[in-house]
Amino acid sequence: MLEQQLVNGVVLGATYALFAIGFTLMFGVMGVINLTYGVYFALGAFAALWSTQAAGLPIWAALPVGALIAGLIAVLLDTLLLTRLRKAKAPELASLMVTLGATLFLYAGMAAALGTEIRRFPAEVFSGGAYSLGDVRVGTTQILILAAAIVLMLALLALVRGSRIGLAIRAVAENPDAASLMGINGALMLRVVSFLSGAIGGAAGVLVGLNFNAIQPFMGEHMMLRGFAVIIVGGLGDLRGALLAGLLLGLAEVLTAAYLSSTLKDMIAFALLVATLWFRPLGLFGRAAAKRA
Amino acid sequence: MWEALDDFYWTYQSLIHGIGVNGILALSVYVVLAVGQLSLGQAAFMGVGAYTGALLSVKFGAPFAVSMVAAALVPALLALVVGGPTLRLTGVYLAIATIGLGEITRIVFLNWDYAGGALGLSNIPERGGVPAIYGTLAVLLIGLTLVARSRVGRAMEAMREDEAAAGVMGVNLPRYRLVALVVSSAMAGVAGCLSAHVSSFIGPNEYGFEAAVTILSYALLGGIGSPLAPVLGSTILTLLPEVLRPLADFRLMVNGLIIVLAVLFMPRGILPWRIARTG
Repeated sequence: MLEQQLVNGVVLGATYALFAIGFTLMFGVMGVINLTYGVYFALGAFAALWSTQAAGLPIWAALPVGALIAGLIAVLLDTLLLTRLRKAKAPELASLMVTLGATLFLYAGMAAALGTEIRRFPAEVFSGGAYSLGDVRVGTTQILILAAAIVLMLALLALVRGSRIGLAIRAVAENPDAASLMGINGALMLRVVSFLSGAIGGAAGVLVGLNFNAIQPFMGEHMMLRGFAVIIVGGLGDLRGALLAGLLLGLAEVLTAAYLSSTLKDMIAFALLVATLWFRPLGLFGRAAAKRA
Repeated sequence: MWEALDDFYWTYQSLIHGIGVNGILALSVYVVLAVGQLSLGQAAFMGVGAYTGALLSVKFGAPFAVSMVAAALVPALLALVVGGPTLRLTGVYLAIATIGLGEITRIVFLNWDYAGGALGLSNIPERGGVPAIYGTLAVLLIGLTLVARSRVGRAMEAMREDEAAAGVMGVNLPRYRLVALVVSSAMAGVAGCLSAHVSSFIGPNEYGFEAAVTILSYALLGGIGSPLAPVLGSTILTLLPEVLRPLADFRLMVNGLIIVLAVLFMPRGILPWRIARTG
């Protein structure tokens, strides 16, 4: 059964990695741990659910809808909450606390507006089925999740590493003042990054909602601890690190649940986090000024 | 006269206890914020203190004083372990590590059958009450005010305003950070023990992330210019849901909004004045 657990672990790890990649992009460019990220996760899932129920979209079309709506809300929230602090060059603690307050407000608001009961994607969204390779069963949902995660990650890496916008984003991350002197529209780039991370968070929400077949307002809160663990283990602001650490955490959780206990499974993220802080504080790929995208 | 006071006390008993306990919690988060760090683990430390004290009282029949001392020591030890890495690091790392700590303690309490598991611990003997709560609060307020007026207070303020400059001027940053975290977790533990012994019940979900954020909002609303400010903030936020009863369901939204507005528009809180210094 080890092979089966490895498959499950990789699928879970891919969603963690996807979640963390948007989170770490936001941190790498803006230098702010934005706690509202967990909200985009749930918003994306709810938007996709709405589009399958109300508009009858199939899942491959609902995923971009969820991502788009989460991305737009991310831009709105970033503008509302952080522009003022950025102008005043406020310390990062202030930004962290503003996003914390906003998160609390949004979670409570979402719970009031959407209800806290668990919702599911309509049954016809999973055309279900599974393939068998020897003893290993791979579900269609799992394949969809893995494919979506890989495509989204490659697209993001290509954008950040290989395009002019990506170059501009990296320049802003390195030094906002120098970038604006070089004619880069820094405010616009921050909006682009907000949109991208929000959209990735939203897409991760749709995929996790599919994977566990459960959507509720607080689903992002549960993911945030894993998100923290992944970006710290990978190195704050590093995309490759987030990818690797996400897979590592997914595999560790699945294997712990299978061979040790499910209680320990919930603690793995924290154990990895503390071990990293103790022995390699900058993470797998981190460097002293952990500021890159 | 005394009868009226007695009636008043019995009607508002839990509110009176709450204001005192939350005042102590506000001071505990003040101690960390005052050195420019952010801890989101106060609720976890409070929970560890509450469980330590309650277990000693319920399972071993320990005297209240023993429970209180243990409720201060155990969270302090935990803070030493978690806070170790922050000797080398700053800012967001402590915040993140303490968020994780909160989650982990919740899971431990939830799965620890000896401590009641998901059902929590009940029938905790009622001890201490108002004299113990407000006595502790008064001692802490006076103590922290004296510290804030001393050389130590000056060093703490220097760290908060500009860490690099404070370091260059010879402030031992790692030691201040660690001591602040340990002291604050001991205070939160004591608050947890006190509240467990007046409410006579504790459960694993009382010390989660929401509680941590509520505790932080006390200090943010009040400000951290002096120890009195966070206590004022906690009093207002504890009374607010009582005064605005219809809003009670939206208490968390109100707390969140207060944090956002406080950071954006009143970065120094409602009591912004700093303490006068002698040392």
